[in-house]
Amino acid sequence: MSLDKEKIKHVAKLARISVDEAKVESLTKDLNSIFKFIEQLNELNTDKVEPLTSILNQSLRSRKDEISDGKIREKILKKFS
Amino acid sequence: MSKEKFDYFIKGEKGKYEVVIGLEVHAQVLSKSKLFSGSSTKFGADPNNQVSLIDSAFPGMLPVINEECVKQAVRTGLGLNAKINNYSVFDRKNYFYADLPQGYQISQYKNPIVGEGKVLLDMPYGSKEIGIERLHLEQDAGKSIHDMDPSNTYVDLNRSGIALMEIVSKPDLRSPDEVNAYIKKLRSIMRYLGTCDGNMQEGSLRADVNVSVRKEGDTNFGTRCEIKNVNSIKFMQMAIEYEAARQVELIENGKKIDQETRLFDTKKNETRSMRSKEDAHDYRYFPDPDLLPLKLEQKLIDDLKKSLPELPDKKKERFVKEYGLNAYEANVLVSEKEISDYYEEVAKLSDKKLAATWMMGDLFAMLNDRGLDISKSPISAKHFAELVQAIKSGEISGRIAKEVFEIMVESGDNPKKIIESKGMKQQSDPKELEKMINEILSKNKDKVDQYKAGKEKLFGFFVGQVMKLSGGKANPQLTNEILKKLLKG
Repeated sequence: MSLDKEKIKHVAKLARISVDEAKVESLTKDLNSIFKFIEQLNELNTDKVEPLTSILNQSLRSRKDEISDGKIREKILKKFS
Repeated sequence: MSKEKFDYFIKGEKGKYEVVIGLEVHAQVLSKSKLFSGSSTKFGADPNNQVSLIDSAFPGMLPVINEECVKQAVRTGLGLNAKINNYSVFDRKNYFYADLPQGYQISQYKNPIVGEGKVLLDMPYGSKEIGIERLHLEQDAGKSIHDMDPSNTYVDLNRSGIALMEIVSKPDLRSPDEVNAYIKKLRSIMRYLGTCDGNMQEGSLRADVNVSVRKEGDTNFGTRCEIKNVNSIKFMQMAIEYEAARQVELIENGKKIDQETRLFDTKKNETRSMRSKEDAHDYRYFPDPDLLPLKLEQKLIDDLKKSLPELPDKKKERFVKEYGLNAYEANVLVSEKEISDYYEEVAKLSDKKLAATWMMGDLFAMLNDRGLDISKSPISAKHFAELVQAIKSGEISGRIAKEVFEIMVESGDNPKKIIESKGMKQQSDPKELEKMINEILSKNKDKVDQYKAGKEKLFGFFVGQVMKLSGGKANPQLTNEILKKLLKG
């Protein structure tokens, strides 16, 4: 699989990243070289291998159901000004 | 029980079409705080006052899962007779919108916390099983408010990050009535479990509706459309009816149905396309690197299973067996936990069958008129039971009972006191009744002669006179007997 210019523009739009028309060409080239590496990895047969979601052999830590946060509207809004 | 036949089809020019419906129900989890932050989940607070730095997606903030939300999802899964997965994973579902500050929703994609289950529906044509595909945990988004200002949209993040359970059904539903029954059943199960309050007005329960149609008898599914975010059962039903008719018309005109997301416009009563194809969502799911896999100990699941309350299906069975109710009565009385609790309290103290009849009649009508939940009933279960017993024992007639009932609603007094102070006791002394009836007959000699000459319709007139003279208190059965006897003589 390889990426064309249209795909690059679509992905950029989904991520709301503005991409200069002039840069599309070089971006396409760069991303395609990364893709080539992924294609190479895809040569390995992983049919019976579960996807690795974390390299830590731990389970999710949890917290108690308590109200310990909030009521900081001013603090949050200040960060936007 | 006589069974009706299932009959919901869309009639086109070229035949009958079956409607295939699947629902994705979003149910807000009942918990004090949010799924990944310590902000309150309480409804109706000042805008943006229940928002933490996590909910507003500030850089560097890390989500920590609320253990109660996990338990609530497991309880709900158990209530749906579903497989609980000991291993599940949180993923990021990426999309851009103003009320989603993270730019992604934390959800579960490949490995949900709950797998396949089932829900039983009681339909007039028999019981029907609806398959559950899965249940997963995810974050709710904030709210965009478009109607406060002509040129700006306001954002309230109080809802952002509250835990949702997305319950996905299999495409097993076939009519708006089945959708109604399914949503009500889900709601009832979750309310029994205490995992979701099911309040549709406050948005605690909403659904995406998948609709497709196919010729009657076809085994392949047609192309489906998804109607997003419908928040009342009535609107779901209207949207399905409109959408199914639209699809049938397209097919009959030889046109193709596009698989797409549509919106239901409640004012125009129509669905319309939400976005063009090139803007179709591409969520680019991937495992959330901030969250490790969720592993559940089997013991936790077993313990939760043991602590589940009796659920509506089981309770219904018990009501039929223990109280001698018919299936319909049992169904109505178990629909809400509070109703079933009230009924059981009344049934313990009075005649079980008569209690059911009076509850489903006068009590429900009164609550309905006043827009009250049974938990706010002006008549306590104990007083209601006393009223039922007074009817059962013959102390008052059914007609007088209605009057007593009205006074109970207004005054909150117990029925004994009302019956005594107002002298409403039924007149059951045969001698006194006979005296009264003789009086009436002697005053209406002409009518007695007509009756004896064959105008038997007049019997009702005599009964009416007895009731009038006794102020409705004459025992109706006894009145009939005595009247018959005296009119013969």
